[in-house]
Amino acid sequence: MSVTMETASGVDVLVAGGAAAGLCAAVAARRAGASVRLVEAAPRAFRGGNTRHARNFRIAHDGPAPWVPDTYGEDEFLADLLRVTEGDTDQALARLLIHASTGIAPWLADNGVRLQPLDSGVLPYSRRTVFLLGGGKAMTNALYATAAALGVTVSYGSELVGLRIGPDACAAEIAQDGTTEHVTAKTVVVATGGDQADPEALRAHFGEAAERIVVRGTPYATGRGLRLLHDAGASPMGETGRGHLVAVDARGPHVDGGIVTRITGIPYGIVVDRTGRRLADERADTRRTHYAQWGPRIAACPGQIAYLILDQEGLRRTAPTALPPVTAPTLAELARRLGIDPVALEATLGEFNEAALARQPATRPIRVTPFAAWPLLPGVTFTHVGIAVDGAMRVVMRDGSPAARVYAAGSIMAANVLRRGYLAGLGVTLAAVSGRIAGEKAARHAAD
Amino acid sequence: MRPTEATEEAARVLQLCSACMYCDGYCAVFPAIAGKRHIPLADIGHIANLCHNCRGCWYACQYAPPHPFAVNLPQALAAARQQSFADFARPRWLAKSFGRNPLVVAAVVGAVTLLALAAVLVSVPAETLLAVHRGDGAFYRVVPWGVMSAAAGLSFLWAVGALTASTLAFWRAIAPRKMPRKALRSALRPALSDIVSLKNLGGGGPGCNDVGEKFSRERRISHHGLVAGFLLTVLSTLSAAVWHHATGTPAPYPVLSLPVLSGMLGGVLMLAGIGGLAAVEMRADRAPSAAAEVRLNTVFLVLLGLVSASGLAVLALRETALMGLALTLHLGLVTGFFLVLPASKMVHAPYRAAALLRAAVDRIVSPPRRSGGE
Repeated sequence: MSVTMETASGVDVLVAGGAAAGLCAAVAARRAGASVRLVEAAPRAFRGGNTRHARNFRIAHDGPAPWVPDTYGEDEFLADLLRVTEGDTDQALARLLIHASTGIAPWLADNGVRLQPLDSGVLPYSRRTVFLLGGGKAMTNALYATAAALGVTVSYGSELVGLRIGPDACAAEIAQDGTTEHVTAKTVVVATGGDQADPEALRAHFGEAAERIVVRGTPYATGRGLRLLHDAGASPMGETGRGHLVAVDARGPHVDGGIVTRITGIPYGIVVDRTGRRLADERADTRRTHYAQWGPRIAACPGQIAYLILDQEGLRRTAPTALPPVTAPTLAELARRLGIDPVALEATLGEFNEAALARQPATRPIRVTPFAAWPLLPGVTFTHVGIAVDGAMRVVMRDGSPAARVYAAGSIMAANVLRRGYLAGLGVTLAAVSGRIAGEKAARHAAD
Repeated sequence: MRPTEATEEAARVLQLCSACMYCDGYCAVFPAIAGKRHIPLADIGHIANLCHNCRGCWYACQYAPPHPFAVNLPQALAAARQQSFADFARPRWLAKSFGRNPLVVAAVVGAVTLLALAAVLVSVPAETLLAVHRGDGAFYRVVPWGVMSAAAGLSFLWAVGALTASTLAFWRAIAPRKMPRKALRSALRPALSDIVSLKNLGGGGPGCNDVGEKFSRERRISHHGLVAGFLLTVLSTLSAAVWHHATGTPAPYPVLSLPVLSGMLGGVLMLAGIGGLAAVEMRADRAPSAAAEVRLNTVFLVLLGLVSASGLAVLALRETALMGLALTLHLGLVTGFFLVLPASKMVHAPYRAAALLRAAVDRIVSPPRRSGGE
């Protein structure tokens, strides 16, 4: 789907970013009657941003549906959000988005997205989230197909690199294959994701440690759209230095490893740095969210590397991982293979095992050989920075007024409601809900 | 199964899939690997045959090439499946004919058919062969009943025998070590339902990616047509045999009789199914395919097409001078078909049935570990 070069070609709604937020915006705007152009920075094979790595999304609902059991009220959703953000959220906006989440599953289904029926596969019980059949890439495939069928023009390897907001229209520059195209759009939806894949942004967030931080998702979340909006006078949102960091397999790809390199077996072993010292009590928190505490701990280690040490008993409890662990018949040999100080590691494990039985409740010592280990690096999922928006997803300028013709959706606006912490399935929900609203409003605005 | 590059690649990819599990709603493959940190070689053949080549997971895969993990599960399992066909073939020397399938099938079926035609041309006088025969026993004036029954019957027995031995070898390799009789009994019904309904060609609801990214039910519907047609031809043969022996009236039978009607409808349904499957095979995106499997499928479809078309030709030409030749051709093709059957795509049916039975037993004995999202 290549685009012929035109100077100052015109369109009602220009959508920058082809992940869940951009796709929902494009589909919603097109359904509202606008002509829509969508530009996606990635090539076709890697289209879809971090939605490609998504699995499920959170919705409020007051009764069971084929894709979700029981109920999950809007108040309950809000309470969960307040808990993980420690109250640091825009409550009015959060309420609006949560309310919109009640209608998003059927809307996505109507637009071709397949939701996984409850009785299929090996789904865990989840009344809070809906699972995407085949995951996030299947979702983006469906939305791209729907967008194409509706007549949305899509171009890949195309990036929004310039944006001037005028009184009657926006002048956008789109770079593709070294050429720049000028597009006049009545309204623009920026849904280009966060900045976590940009090395410079990572340094700003995490300092020296950034060098070793693995980017778990798409390499195309470079924060370019974020900077464009900032330069155009948009009000920043969120806090530099905060991000969702988890423990990932150090041997995995440095970018785009997704779900399979995440290491979740920490509560069954001990985690040490390369001097053989333990970082924290691995069993203090065994909830499903425990792994988000380990990213920052590993980032603080010398060399930003740590090691999860397990015995056969612990290994048996560990969920499958992309790469098998490093194994050795003795602890000294394991230490040698990993490059940890063997004497210190022996001492640490001895101390742990001695204390284990005295613990209440008693903890299983680590001693069934052969030993196994995963080398761990911190992996960033997203950072907590973005752009301020109002209830129509209009970008809010630094003087507090809404931008005339620019909307923001997805990760780029997430910090309005999520400035710390994370809730499972929130990313896709925020993307779909904010994208749909932004698309509808942008189309209506363009028609005025 | 022998450890090979194909089984190693399948194990590598399945381990990644087991760590991901986003595709668990598509088919029985994913529950079978849920929670497994390592997929043993013994399970590769089982999982490879559980896969119905629906290809939903290929288009949904976040790790498909050019991603460095280069996950191509349908292709990896197709290659392992091809190897399982060869590795469990009994008698063992049949294994080689999977590698050179088009050649072996063409040689055997061609030779048998030509031999049948030559034998008839030599032994049946031209005025008998090219005469119009009507009434009871018309067919047997060209090919004697004994010859016909012996050729078809013996080749059929060989096919059933070899397929049974191969399937037993496969089942012994994949059967769970601990399998309570009760679990096996309770698994029979769900397994049969999965086998007959082709549930795993449903893609968990929307259908399969038969040809490309778009979901379709073409392959499932065509496959149902082919199987239904095949069963009708079996009904035709059995009812004809009963008629022959119970009433002492030899074929041909009237058009409005069970053997002719079921044979006719069966032949037409088979051809429609074959056409549908061939159309899918020809247009299909080759990225998630294994070349050996495409060859095996194509050879089998051509062979089935020849057998059903020649059967219909006998019916169409049975009151003309060409009946004798058409009948001989059909008989030769049927005999050749049965001879190559244990070294054809046919083995997928009992192997897949066995794998679905094992999966149904597993669901009862050791339900898969639940796994969630982020």
